[in-house]
Amino acid sequence: MLKLPVYLDYSATTPVDPRVAAKMIPWLTEHFGNPASRSHPYGWEAEKVVEEAREEVAKLVNADPREIVWTSGATESNNLAIKGAAHFYAGTKGKHIVTVATEHKAVLDTVKELERQGFEATYLEPQPNGLITLEQFKTALRKDTVLASVMAVNNEIGVIQPIAELGEICRVNGTIFHVDAAQATGKMPLDLSKLKVDLMSFSAHKTYGPKGIGALYVRRKPRIRIEAQMHGGGHERGMRSGTLATHQIVGMGEAFRIAREEMATENERIRMLRDRLLKGLQDIEETYVNGDLEQRVPHNLNISFNFVEGESLIMAVKDIAVSSGSACTSASLEPSYVLRALGRSDELAHSSMRFTIGRFTTEEEIDFTIKLLHDKMGKLRELSPLWEMFKDGIDLNSVQWAAH
Amino acid sequence: MFNPVYLDHNATTPLRPTVLEAMLPYLGEHYGNASSRHEYGRAARRAIDEARQRVAFAVRAHPTEVIFTSGGSEANNLFIKGAAAQLKPDCVALSAIEHPCVREPAKALKRQGWQVREIAVDTDCRLASADFAAAMDEQPALVSVMLANNETGAVQDIAALAAMAAQVTQGRAWFHSDAVQALGKIPLDFRSMNAAGVHALTLSAHKLGGPKGAGALVVDKRVDLAPLIDGGGHERGLRSGTENVPAIVGFGVACAEAVAQLQETTQRIKPLRAELERGLAAQGARIFALAAERLPNTVYFSLPSLDGETLVAKLDRAGFAVASGAACSAANPQPSHVLLAMGVAPALARGAVRVSLGPQTTREEIAGFLQAIAATQTNLQSLTSVVG
Repeated sequence: MLKLPVYLDYSATTPVDPRVAAKMIPWLTEHFGNPASRSHPYGWEAEKVVEEAREEVAKLVNADPREIVWTSGATESNNLAIKGAAHFYAGTKGKHIVTVATEHKAVLDTVKELERQGFEATYLEPQPNGLITLEQFKTALRKDTVLASVMAVNNEIGVIQPIAELGEICRVNGTIFHVDAAQATGKMPLDLSKLKVDLMSFSAHKTYGPKGIGALYVRRKPRIRIEAQMHGGGHERGMRSGTLATHQIVGMGEAFRIAREEMATENERIRMLRDRLLKGLQDIEETYVNGDLEQRVPHNLNISFNFVEGESLIMAVKDIAVSSGSACTSASLEPSYVLRALGRSDELAHSSMRFTIGRFTTEEEIDFTIKLLHDKMGKLRELSPLWEMFKDGIDLNSVQWAAH
Repeated sequence: MFNPVYLDHNATTPLRPTVLEAMLPYLGEHYGNASSRHEYGRAARRAIDEARQRVAFAVRAHPTEVIFTSGGSEANNLFIKGAAAQLKPDCVALSAIEHPCVREPAKALKRQGWQVREIAVDTDCRLASADFAAAMDEQPALVSVMLANNETGAVQDIAALAAMAAQVTQGRAWFHSDAVQALGKIPLDFRSMNAAGVHALTLSAHKLGGPKGAGALVVDKRVDLAPLIDGGGHERGLRSGTENVPAIVGFGVACAEAVAQLQETTQRIKPLRAELERGLAAQGARIFALAAERLPNTVYFSLPSLDGETLVAKLDRAGFAVASGAACSAANPQPSHVLLAMGVAPALARGAVRVSLGPQTTREEIAGFLQAIAATQTNLQSLTSVVG
């Protein structure tokens, strides 16, 4: 029996894996100590599991546990990394920042805030496939570029930026390289012993862990320093103060352990489901896949359906839970800025759907989705005058619309 | 693990069973992102709205005045830095007994040209009114005075202080109070505090039987605040980031329950604390801030002959979990800045032990604790006499 609506929004958030929840609950109930309490076993045992979880997070990305700083989530990690490093090194390196127009708002809004504070920023426009080129990046870097921030995996279209190569370029230029990996953990291998990445943001709730917890990787060799953004009792070696939420940290550790152990087999299954979905939807006329299909995590499929209106489309497919643009900005009626940056028209950006597949997605759910979209698309287009004109062979770009 | 008797409720508290029950569905089937527009997201959004009402109701604020954060530290940082960011460098006045998560952000403002004016307290941890008046005469732009101190439990008359601040500065200063330790232990009324001139309160979930990882800044909308965390514009643009739905839900339920049970809990705990204090006094303990109005659950004391670390270690072995100084700075060997501000001699301050009771604390536990203290004293005295 299918549970409706079918959840295909794993990039917005994932269910907590039951194994993760089971591991968390004792740290909510009988083991409730404050990890900062140094005078009794309630505190000691909490501190111990916090450190064990730190090791699990480090292991997934091949880092040293001492390079992992707990935060409340990837948004905070991005803020801490970008503001923290920019402020620390502005005096010695300069006040120029390079990022990409398709980054998550947590990066873009943070960079914008730094611009207000007197920094200068370059926003790279990606190619139509969503990727930036090395030449583009190299050209944008200046002598005074203190920091570059490029996400590993895009949240809307799932494309993978060439962070290994970008890191090399940054290292040569003496620019600190930050990578938002919120959408990457558990979806692709990340090896920080090889990648020339200085700061990397992680989130638990995109990888079957709980909401409210994330981490920032801060490289030790060569050592990267950041200015704390939250001051207080000096937790996390002074980089982030505030009582550590033991149960959430335990959850993130367990989620990242599972990701490390199961990623390879899980991704094969997910790729198969995604390809099945793609194949099933591709025979609907006038559909366009957004973003490169090769340089992409297997979890994501983003498709624009031409000649249907975005809002009606979402209303028509209430039996599937998908996103039309990033969950974090979908309250706005603006078309997706990511798809706009790829050069998609407003119409195609509006009528896009992001399907993100995950650990608990079944073949049955995929087949249901394919059938639903075929049914609804037929009905929606029957009602669409644009579709009728298109079918009549009228070039819509040549039509002079009357103003009203 | 052998479970010691937990007498460290000012560090953190056990989760209330009702809170766990309310949270579990949001760690299970209701896993949506509250920003998503589909049913999973809307269910999460409804839960957050409900929690916001509960938190607001607990402190008599309007739900739109509640900004959820990851905890008390973040809320304090948000107010101090967020308000300062919208002002030209000026003066921030704060009491000498503030928690590090108020003191440190204030200190960080110095680099931007701000002045920090510390306000003295008397020997019982009450704000020294003459110095408070003097500080207000300096026309600070921001004032932060904690409602109840985490170490001594001393409660300040925040409404009166805010009224004075408003009068002296002619309404120029934004007045903030860290109410993390007060919430759930004494009644809080933001509406009447706000009328007197309090503009913001910091709250935390895990000090009143809620989960770690959730807190709030309750803030008068006239305060112009810059966010600490950018990206997406959650919480009216003041705090971006995917909402921690289970923790926020737990926070709401914990607030509702703690406030509903406040009177009953206070009536039960006060006699226990009195018993504890009588027993400690009989053993020669110096109890701090005794003359101040205090939280009903907190006792902060020193035994002149014993150093705090030693005593705490002995008590741990005897099966009692207490704190020497605040949990957050327990790694710091310096004597408590709160006690030093009260004029306590460093030697005596180093011996300080904090006992903080919870709603479940029993008479037997208190009796056992007093026996353990007596045994420790006898033990150490006989050791001393052998050596002597």
